[in-house]
Amino acid sequence: MSELVLQIFRFGFLLLLWLFIFAAFRVVRADLFGGRTGRVSSVPPRAASPKKRGHRGPRSLVVTAGPLSGTKITLGDQPILIGRADDSTLVLTDDFASSRHARLTNRGGQWYVEDLGSTNGTYLDQQRVQGPLLVAPGQPIRIGQTALELRS
Amino acid sequence: MPGPLTDPRGTAAGATPTRRGTEAALLAFAVVITVVAQIMVDLTVTGSLRPEMAGFSVWITALWVVAHLVVRKWASYADPLLLPAVALLVGLGLTVIHRLDLAAEQVGSTVTREDAPVQLIWATLGVALFVGFLVAVRDHRSLARFAYTLALVGIVLLALPAVLPASMSEVNGAKIWIRVAGFSIQPGEFAKLCLIVFFAAYLEDKRDVLALASRKVAGLELPRGRDLGPVLLAWVLSILVLVFERDLGSSLLLFGIFVVMLYVATERASWLFIGLGLFAGGALIAYQIFAHVQARVDTWLSPSDYYDGAGYQVMQSLFGLGTGGLFGAGLGGGRPDQVPVAKSDFIASAVGEELGLFGLVAVIIVYLVLVERGLRTSLVVRDAFGKLLAAGLAFAIAWQVFVVLGGVTGLLPLTGLTTPFLAYGGSSLVANFVLVAMLVRISDAARRPVTPQAAPVRLGDAPTEVVTP
Repeated sequence: MSELVLQIFRFGFLLLLWLFIFAAFRVVRADLFGGRTGRVSSVPPRAASPKKRGHRGPRSLVVTAGPLSGTKITLGDQPILIGRADDSTLVLTDDFASSRHARLTNRGGQWYVEDLGSTNGTYLDQQRVQGPLLVAPGQPIRIGQTALELRS
Repeated sequence: MPGPLTDPRGTAAGATPTRRGTEAALLAFAVVITVVAQIMVDLTVTGSLRPEMAGFSVWITALWVVAHLVVRKWASYADPLLLPAVALLVGLGLTVIHRLDLAAEQVGSTVTREDAPVQLIWATLGVALFVGFLVAVRDHRSLARFAYTLALVGIVLLALPAVLPASMSEVNGAKIWIRVAGFSIQPGEFAKLCLIVFFAAYLEDKRDVLALASRKVAGLELPRGRDLGPVLLAWVLSILVLVFERDLGSSLLLFGIFVVMLYVATERASWLFIGLGLFAGGALIAYQIFAHVQARVDTWLSPSDYYDGAGYQVMQSLFGLGTGGLFGAGLGGGRPDQVPVAKSDFIASAVGEELGLFGLVAVIIVYLVLVERGLRTSLVVRDAFGKLLAAGLAFAIAWQVFVVLGGVTGLLPLTGLTTPFLAYGGSSLVANFVLVAMLVRISDAARRPVTPQAAPVRLGDAPTEVVTP
């Protein structure tokens, strides 16, 4: 084996190894920034009609108190299920919450909260939620130790 | 457990990419690197290709094609980086072992057995178990049902070498083997997996108690005395392993995994401090009582003083790493066989000598990618058991690599742990394949888009119908 070939082997192989790592990092990067359509926004592509209603409707649900404080959910058309069950949209780790605690539903751009028969109840501004109640942006919804509010 | 509990995928209507194409491309890349490395070793050391080269290439390609197809069929949304990272590490390991085989032949060593083909068979068995696991376990949550059985199996596996007679269980002073009919397996590697599954299921059950009931002392939330039970039990277990099997590595590994999983489950940093305190106490006592621990620590502090004895291995390894320098001697260009047991415990020093610092760091980064994907899986998956299991498995890899590389480079005392996927050793390789199968299974659950469920019909809205018997 000539010395030149050995040197080419030596550095060529290191180059090959690092190329593999860069390829792997590209995948990691694609996962973090885009490439996954789901995480960009939950506004459906055919959001023309909600847009026409302007920016009046709330666009996100923010947890303001409790263990999940700071969590933010972008609102779409789907109802939002809140509770300790694993298939809830917002999975609470709150000992005072029931497994299916409350639901937020969108009706014509307005959001309504309803209690799903929880043990400790859902409160909208001190008032216990019995039937569906209209939620205004900034109005606190309290579930156990967790407080949520809509933000536009 | 913090984490984005809002579901980032919930609203993506069937648009989540499976990324199986990425996985296939990266796997092909890893296979190419493996084959190139093997060719380079043969050409550099012997000047000609060995006749088995074609067979080896076909075999290794077939291995990953099968693994990929199985993931495509049974875990189609699995993380695309787990398998390629493993493929690269296994390929590099096979190459370095083959290279050491050649070195042994050249110096005319009395040991004529080639270890690389044996390792290839173990890898094949590993892939078979990987496939078996993915086909048999369709939902990782079903593992939680066997938690206590697995705990028992784990403890039995761990304890077995301690009760067996030394002739059947002792190799180089560590009683961690079961040797039957020419085969030797290290049951501790499988015990590790069983115990991680058990820890995950147990902590999922008990984490509320462990996290909530606490007193505040000097700014730290300390758990109640009676809640210390499990962590003390894990501590006693690892001390027992240390005493009866003289195995520093497994002892450290088990305790570390348990403390970190406890921390992940409860989010209480106090557990880390309690764990560190217990570790420090245990280490001090072990140092005072056990001669073998004392010897390990002494050689760690000044290996050059023991160059003719216990420190020889570490010193040779350090010389090897130094010879390798930044870019290494080139595959086949160094003398990694100068380090005793380079194939298993000290394979990292062989990599460092022949590929240099750049090569060794590349290998560490591949481990990092593997661990990162595991932790990411843990963040994204929705159920608490999956989160804990994925975090525990990922941490196990990270911890093991840290402890082994620390030992090889003289940062930590030497332990008997193996470098996952890289080192020669059947039990370790096969067990780690099962570990990756678990991660693949959980990552599949994590990335799979949620099938939109029909809104539950409220009882009040349901149409009434008369049921006639």
